[in-house]
Parts: sequence; C-alpha cells; structure tokens
Amino acid sequence: MPIQTRRSEDGRTLTIKIEGRFDFSTHQAFRDAYEHGDQEVKGYVVDLSDTTYLDSSALGMLLLLRDYAGGDNASILIENCNSDVRRILAISNFEQLFAIR
Amino acid sequence: MEDAQSGNQPLRILIADDSDSDRLILQAMLRRLGHEVVEAANGGEAVERFRHASPQIVLLDAVMPGMDGMEAARQIKALAGERLVPLIFLTSLSDADALARCLEAGGDDFLTKPYNRVIIEAKINAFNRMRLMHETLSHQRDLIHEQHRKLTEEQEVAKRVFENVAHTGCLDAGSIRYHASPMSIFNGDILFACPRPDGGIQILIGDFTGHGLPAAIGAMPVAEIFYGMTSKGFSASDVLREINQKLKRILPAGMFCCAALIQADFALNQVQVWNGGLPDGWIIRGDGERLAMPSAHLPLGVLDSHRFDAAMAILQTSPGDTLMFMTDGVLEAASADGDMFGDAGVSAALQGRRDGQTPFEAVIDRLCEFSGGRLEQDDLTLVTLQMAEGGALEGLSDRLQLSALEGPAEWRCTYEIRDRTLGQFSPLPLLLHICMEVPGLRRRSGEIYTLLSELYTNALEHGILGLPSEWKATAEGFGRYYEERERRLNDISEHYIRFSLTHTMTDYGGRLVVVCEDSGHGFDYHQHRQPSGSGHGYAGRGLMLLHRLAGPLTFRERGNHVEIVYDWHFSEAGKTDDAAVHKPGVSHE
Repeated sequence: MPIQTRRSEDGRTLTIKIEGRFDFSTHQAFRDAYEHGDQEVKGYVVDLSDTTYLDSSALGMLLLLRDYAGGDNASILIENCNSDVRRILAISNFEQLFAIR
Repeated sequence: MEDAQSGNQPLRILIADDSDSDRLILQAMLRRLGHEVVEAANGGEAVERFRHASPQIVLLDAVMPGMDGMEAARQIKALAGERLVPLIFLTSLSDADALARCLEAGGDDFLTKPYNRVIIEAKINAFNRMRLMHETLSHQRDLIHEQHRKLTEEQEVAKRVFENVAHTGCLDAGSIRYHASPMSIFNGDILFACPRPDGGIQILIGDFTGHGLPAAIGAMPVAEIFYGMTSKGFSASDVLREINQKLKRILPAGMFCCAALIQADFALNQVQVWNGGLPDGWIIRGDGERLAMPSAHLPLGVLDSHRFDAAMAILQTSPGDTLMFMTDGVLEAASADGDMFGDAGVSAALQGRRDGQTPFEAVIDRLCEFSGGRLEQDDLTLVTLQMAEGGALEGLSDRLQLSALEGPAEWRCTYEIRDRTLGQFSPLPLLLHICMEVPGLRRRSGEIYTLLSELYTNALEHGILGLPSEWKATAEGFGRYYEERERRLNDISEHYIRFSLTHTMTDYGGRLVVVCEDSGHGFDYHQHRQPSGSGHGYAGRGLMLLHRLAGPLTFRERGNHVEIVYDWHFSEAGKTDDAAVHKPGVSHE
C-alpha cells in the first residue's frame, strides 16, 4: 500500500505517509486518506520520508488537502522530505502555504 | 451485434467433402442442430462457395481431388481477412505430420471420421463462442479507432480555435528563440510573447498542472488577459495580478499554473522578471557570466488576490545579454538510461557553450544528445530572449483594433492621481486609451505611450520620490534604487501627479499637448540645457527619448511642470516612421 494513515493518540492529528512516487496515480488513495477522517482531526502531517519523487499533480493534491483542511486556517505539516522533494517544494514556494520540516 | 452468450443460434456452415455419403451424414447432423448448410465437393468449389455464401464456420476434408483441403484452407483464410472464420479439418488421417500440416495451412482444429454427433456439436459451439468473442473485440477495436480518429480531429479543430485566441504573438521576432512541442497546448505548456506599446516586450511561459483539456481551457483566459493587457501598456505586475485572480476563480483547487513573466525594456536595457514555480531562469551575459533567476513566488492560481505577490525582480542588462526560461519538462527530459537532464544538464550546456553558439542552441543541442534525439515527444518548452540596443519591435500599431468611428478631435482632459494610488496604479493604459480614440494618433501608439511613460516615471521617481538617477549608474546602486523606490512609495502622502491632455485639429493634422505636473521639489532645469545622447543615467536617457519623439520640452515653475507638444500630419498618419515635427531642443519660459 503506497499510502498509510495513522491517527495520533488523542485522535486530533492524522499522519499520511506516502511511499514511492507521489504523483497522479496516488490521487484517489491520497484523497481517501483524509476525506474519510472524522471531525475530530484538527491537524495533518504529510510524511514524505519514503517518498522518492513528487510531481506537480502531487503539489495539486497537497493544495486540495489544504483546501479541505480549512484553506488559510489549515494546519498541515510536511515532514521528512528528501532533497529532491524539498527542491520541488521550494521551486513552487510551497513553504508559504505549508509548514515544511 | 450477435449475442456472445448464445451458443445455440443457427449458423451458416460450409461443408467440403468429396465423399457424397460422408457429406450427407454430416449435413444431416448439422441440419438437425438447426444450422444452415452450404455444400462443396472439392477444394475449388469450397473457395467459390465461401466467397458467395460467407459461411461462419468451415468444415473441410483434408484430402480431396483437384484442389485439396490444405490449399482451400489457405485461400479461405486469405479471403476471410480479419474475420475469424473457424476452419475445422475433417479427416481420417492419424499421421501426426499430416495433422500438423493441416494446422499450418490455417486450420483451427480436426474432426475425425467417423463423426460423433456430441463432439461435433460441442466443437461447433466452442468455435462459435471464439468467433463471437473475436467479433466483439474487433468491433470494440474499430470503435476505439474511430473514437481516436474523431478525438484527433477535434483536437486539430480545437487547436486552431485555441491558436486564434492564444496565438504565439510576436514569438517570431528575431530576438526570440523557442522550442515548444507541436501539440503543446494539450500538454499544458504555454508560451506567449507580446510587444508593449513602448517598444518593449513581454513573454509569458508557463506549465499547467495536469494535461489535456483542462490545461488547454485554463490557457485560453491567460492568453486573452496577457495579450489584451500587454498591448494596452499594462505593466507585468498588473498582468500577473489579473491572470492570478482569473485562474484562482476558474480553476479547481489543486490545479494551477507554474509560470514566469518577463518584461523587457530595450530602451532602458532593463528586464523585470517574475518566476512562480518554474525552474531557474538565467541571464547569460555577453561574456558568458550567468545569473540565476529562481522561482520566488507561488504559481499562478493558488493565492487569493489579496495575498498574491506580483513584485517583479528588476535587473539591468546590456545589449547581447540573453534571458532563458524553461518549463520543468526540460529538467525532466530523460536519457535512454532513465537519467534526468536536470539543472546540472542546463548548467553543463551553458558552461560548455562553443564560440558562436547561442545559449539556446547550446541547451537544445545538449538536450537532443542527452535524450537521443527524441525531443519532439517531450512536453518541454524553452525560450530565450536576446537583449538588443534600442527597441526591436515594429508594427504594434497595426495590431491595435481600429474603431469604425471618427473619433474625437477637439478635447481636453485632466487626470490626477494622489497619494497611495501613486504606488498602486499606473495611469498609463488609461491615458493611452484616451489618446487612441483619435484616429490620427493610433498609428503612433508606441510613441505616445513612451512619451506618457517617460513623463510619468520622471515625475514619480525623480519629482516625488526624489530618487537620484546617478544611483543607477552602478550595479549596486541599481538594486538600491529600486529598493528605495519601493520603500518611498509606501510612505507617499500629500503628493500628486496631474496629466492634462489637450488635442486640437490643425490645418495639417492634429496637435496633442501633454502637461505633466507633480507635487515634488522639481529640479534646476536651467542646468539641464541639452541632454547628452550618451547619458548613462536614466534621466538623461529618458529626456533624450522625449526629445527625439516630440518637440521641445517646456519646463515651468520649479521644474515640476513639463509640457510637450506632439504634432501629427494627415499625410503621415498612415506611416510609422519618425513623427517629430519640431527639431529637438529645450526652451524655457
């Protein structure tokens, strides 16, 4: 399974972990990962530690998550990016929209 | 279409057997199963019957006088072409080689004599199922072919419509080199170039997320806004704000456009660059030195207009400098081994540029080499612009839409902008628009725009903001100048710039008088007798331009009141050459 989700103990944070390529082929799975979450979830962590590649449709999916999570009020942390992935996020200046660690 | 599930429908079956008795037995069995039977007594007859009766299944005796079953099988299979007509050999042969030859000749199976009714029925049903499945597949394949053909045709038409809206503008100008894949609109890449009224040029290169129709649809309004606003003289920032707002509104969340907008001003040898999400752009100096222009913004269509940042990076250039921008298809171009071209590929190409090779050629050549010449298949766009002395583009005025109306001849208007608005809004497109209502001035839109723009910049930057033009003589000062400009713009209060335009008809044509006043301290215009042609500073060049374009500049009061008289002739209204009626000179009152 290329996408795994995990809830924090208090149930308020949902961690979505993507393995391998994060591109259009993971579109549905990525959406399913957060859309079926319940109301308790207040924050999201996108764990890219095992993500090897990220393309522009993945950037689009991150924007969709941001929209879903409340737009400007969304709390989303993108973490553990490798250098290629970090570079793509930097070119698109996504640090203006997401906390990237 | 026939029902593939039914194995019991009546079929037309051809039987070829030279033995009358065997044929009779088989025929009777098949008739009892409800099938229609066509008979032949030898190979030649079988082929003939097949041709006319088009049976769905053929039962063929292997050994017949005249044309034998093998040859008949070959001819029947050839006639059937793409159709699957199951061909079953009737044989009493038991020699394996002979049986194999039957299959080589095109047979699908055997029935051994004497006949068993149950086996015959089962085989016929099995082959009929196979036949129907083949028919279904062929039908679906044809359907797919047809749909694909239609789609390609529609895309061709869509492409023509698209090209009328999103034409390539002035990409064919000599200073521009570009590579874009032929069907690029359907891969989401865009590349537009449009001359500005002042002789400069704006280039927009971009890459929509996603492919196909959604990307192409998004590109249409971008093209409309870009061409419409650029040709009216709107600044790059204004164009960007408008495009961003439009895309934010029409695109679904998650779809956006990585883009770079380049505004080149040839007269000032200056470029303004905005990069949102594209790979590093480059300035390649005449001496080979390179300067990166990295992405500094979010892509277009992501942020609301109140958060969108349209600030341009301003860079000074020299004639011979080349600007280069690309979509990420260039970096993602893959070699046969699956390696990516990457930033390293671009750098290496530019680094290893041979004498006489342009940066464009260097990157394209290396890219071709790297990807094994498969450039055409990739979704990549690359564009370079070479800076040249003075303006490079002619004939914009021909593109301006002429109104069918006569237009106003005698009029006067005053337009004043104050305080905060000075930093936020450029009055130039509006003023140009007013002037362009006069038919005689339309062919001169470039000159009028330059004239208004020089007066405005002079009044704002030197008159009100008090920025010394000497700063711009050095590279460090240049940066400081624009930082300071930005800072001071935010603090403007109690200031104004007022334009008064008066147009009257004369015996020979018309006269436009432009007065530009500002609330600044002015300057000692008596010191400024004759602007030198080789002036390095901005003011020197700005004033020189004004002199060349129009008549005498008249300074009044403290030097914060400038008047220009611009005459046009009926006889020249159709030409685009120099319109100056007065000889250059400065007069004082």
